[in-house]
Amino acid sequence: MSLLLNEEQQFLKDTAKEFLQKNAPISHFRDLRDSKDENGYSKEIWKKMAELGWAGILVSEKYGGSEFGMMGLGGILEETGRTLVPSPLFSTALIGVSFLELAGTENQKNEYLPKMASGDLTTAFALEEGPRHSPVNVSTQAKRKGKDYIINGHKTFVLDGHSADVLIVAARTSGETHDEGGITLFLIDKNTNGLNIERTHMVDSRNSSEIYFKDVVVNEGSILGAPDTGYPVIEEVLERAQIGLSSEMLGSALEAFERTLEYLKERKQFGSVIGSFQALQHRAAIMFTELELTKSAVVGALNAVDENSNDRARFASLAKFKAGETLHLVSNEAVQMHGGIGVTDEFDIGFFLKRSRVAEQIFGSSDYHIDRYATLSEY
Amino acid sequence: MSDLQTFREETRDWLETNCPPEMRKPGDICWGGRNPSFSHPDQEIWLEKMGDKGWTCPTWPKEYGGGGLSYEENKILQEEMSAIGARSALGSFGIWMLGPALLEFASHEQKLEHIPNIVKGKIWWCQGYSEPGSGSDLASLSTKAVLEGDEYVVNGQKIWTSNANYADMIFCLVRTGPQDPKHEGISFLLIDMDQPGVEVKPIKLISGKSPFCETFFTNAKAPKENLIGTLNEGWTIAKRLLQHERSMISGMGLGSGNSGQKSKTSALAQLGKKYAGSNKENKLSDSILRTKIAKHDLNSRAFGLTLQRMGEEMKSGGPSATASISKYYGTEQNKSRYELMLEAMGTNALGWEGEPFSAEELAITRDWLRTKGNSIEGGTSEVQLNVISKRVLNLPDK
Ligand SMILES: Cc1cc2nc3c(=O)[nH]c(=O)nc-3n(C[C@H](O)[C@H](O)[C@H](O)COP(=O)(O)OP(=O)(O)OC[C@H]3O[C@@H](n4cnc5c(N)ncnc54)[C@H](O)[C@@H]3O)c2cc1C
Repeated sequence: MSLLLNEEQQFLKDTAKEFLQKNAPISHFRDLRDSKDENGYSKEIWKKMAELGWAGILVSEKYGGSEFGMMGLGGILEETGRTLVPSPLFSTALIGVSFLELAGTENQKNEYLPKMASGDLTTAFALEEGPRHSPVNVSTQAKRKGKDYIINGHKTFVLDGHSADVLIVAARTSGETHDEGGITLFLIDKNTNGLNIERTHMVDSRNSSEIYFKDVVVNEGSILGAPDTGYPVIEEVLERAQIGLSSEMLGSALEAFERTLEYLKERKQFGSVIGSFQALQHRAAIMFTELELTKSAVVGALNAVDENSNDRARFASLAKFKAGETLHLVSNEAVQMHGGIGVTDEFDIGFFLKRSRVAEQIFGSSDYHIDRYATLSEY
Repeated sequence: MSDLQTFREETRDWLETNCPPEMRKPGDICWGGRNPSFSHPDQEIWLEKMGDKGWTCPTWPKEYGGGGLSYEENKILQEEMSAIGARSALGSFGIWMLGPALLEFASHEQKLEHIPNIVKGKIWWCQGYSEPGSGSDLASLSTKAVLEGDEYVVNGQKIWTSNANYADMIFCLVRTGPQDPKHEGISFLLIDMDQPGVEVKPIKLISGKSPFCETFFTNAKAPKENLIGTLNEGWTIAKRLLQHERSMISGMGLGSGNSGQKSKTSALAQLGKKYAGSNKENKLSDSILRTKIAKHDLNSRAFGLTLQRMGEEMKSGGPSATASISKYYGTEQNKSRYELMLEAMGTNALGWEGEPFSAEELAITRDWLRTKGNSIEGGTSEVQLNVISKRVLNLPDK
């Protein structure tokens, strides 16, 4: 296993950096926030991202993708973390594509994947039902009726839920809440009767929503994979998502750190630049060390997916734990080391703090992953 | 078959034939020297075989007795050795610190004289850097060397000299030029310990052991050929050697960072279960301890991956200022691992000697005390953070 990007992956990452710095810098995110953009992301930018091939990185070649793998996608996500650009990259190109690739029938793949690879169709994954991540906490019911299922329940914190064309919904077809068995995945068009999707306004100004299901009728053909056996697929996709999100979080942490380091070299007090004070130097050095560890954890995890490592599950927890801890630390220190200007809305550094806390919660906080790692390590 | 695959098979065969059975078990590592002591006859055989092949210093040039292996080949050698549980044939400051510095700064003649002896473990080297008045501020050192005829005459005192009481020779920082600016009058000199002008006094540590000494020089002599590099420019060598020392010390941070090969459960977590017990779900009963251990294991894992990544990035370039990152993190991690062992074992980890403590428990207690030196030796943690701030992050001095 190599922990360095190969030439192709490095090129992809460099291109992403250049594209994003030019077309979607942080001011782009600020504009979306200030204008209360209805969609929450720019369709124009997304179209360009798709043209660059980003939407199809995990899609097989025969469905119009490039199969560049997680190492390829990870580099891009890291760069999106730097500019905080909202886009369907995470929900669609990573999560949605992974679900279809891993569990879709031939028909479903043919129907969805080419459109996802071209950026013409977006998805959202409706899983959580409570404020803290729990993939088994599924009580949304899907009752069989002939060849149909009737769905009732409520999903929370659905990323991109209000803008996606198709929802991937985890619902219970048997068993009790918290059972791993009995969970079934459904592909549901956003215009289906009985669906009520309400956008949520989160502190990071990114897309999220509450979804209410009232007697939503779907055909059995919309089941992704097989009934009652959704959980292992969910686990595998979650691991990919945790790892991909860790890449994005690493990018945010690196950006917040580098901005802070610049400030330390620029701002003068007591006749010296503040970066000459040892109290700040040591904290900067500790952050740098933590960032180095995070880079390694993330790249190790991306690699574990591409190599289909039998230790992928633990790698996912390692990456999410480390990215969560480091972004938490860096986003706090970044604000503190900027002094008063750090807590103003006009200044960008606060965006990283806000994004940090939301990203930390997505698919398991650092504490969640400490516990998961111990369990997977049999202690 | 690729060259590397061929190399792997040949290496595996060679180890199978030449590594004696006793050396495939954990145990102490030989330090060589003029009067070497071997804890088992197999240790001597193993040292001779590995030394002849140059595999005690696998990547050093063949010209000077090294193994001449590439980065990739060395990685294979290490993998194959750990696959059969083979321990290192030789450990020494010569291998970890002096040798790499000589390869970079010494003349061809000096290399021919000293490097093969390091490879074969013929000379035990110690390090004469610190002085009573010069610790973190190493460049303020004052031990003096004056050229008289063909030799340097040395006067002064070193302290914390690890293993000075066993060593045959010492690589020493001495002042040969002006005190100011302090970095500019320092030279790097090799001195034989076996002479009347050198005296050592062991110092007892909080662990009860005496691994280091005070070293006194009173008109000690060293031939002028023993000065490495340029006169008064020894500081460059000194710093480079410290990078090698730091990257060596950082390896200890891996202690319990199991690579997932044998048991999924780290040694630390196993110890936790042994003393604190497990519940019905086979989880460590003390849930707070379990959390702390898992967090520690996660960080060890991330640290291990970091060492691997830095190794890949540097390939044959050797360590750089990034060695400070691993020195700092690795030693802090090692200390926290021992603190967690103590926490897991309760009062069983707090015996000093005798019953009812097992030998293993007593060893852990003593080792815990030893780890406190990890973040001091080779430059303190605070000094490493200074190096990261200044050399890596380019933050200015006041
Ligand atoms: C186990 C062990 C083995 C050793 N082996 C050897 C050996 O073989 N050969 C050898 O030459 N030396 C050896 N040493 C010595 C070691 O290199 C020194 O102890 C070390 O460099 C620190 O110097 P000092 O002890 O004088 O502490 P000091 O420099 O006096 O430091 C005291 C405290 O002040 C802090 N401090 C000092 N300067 C700064 C600064 N600029 N900024 C912030 N904090 C600062 C330090 O971090 C430390 O916490 C060994 C030490 C130990 C513990």
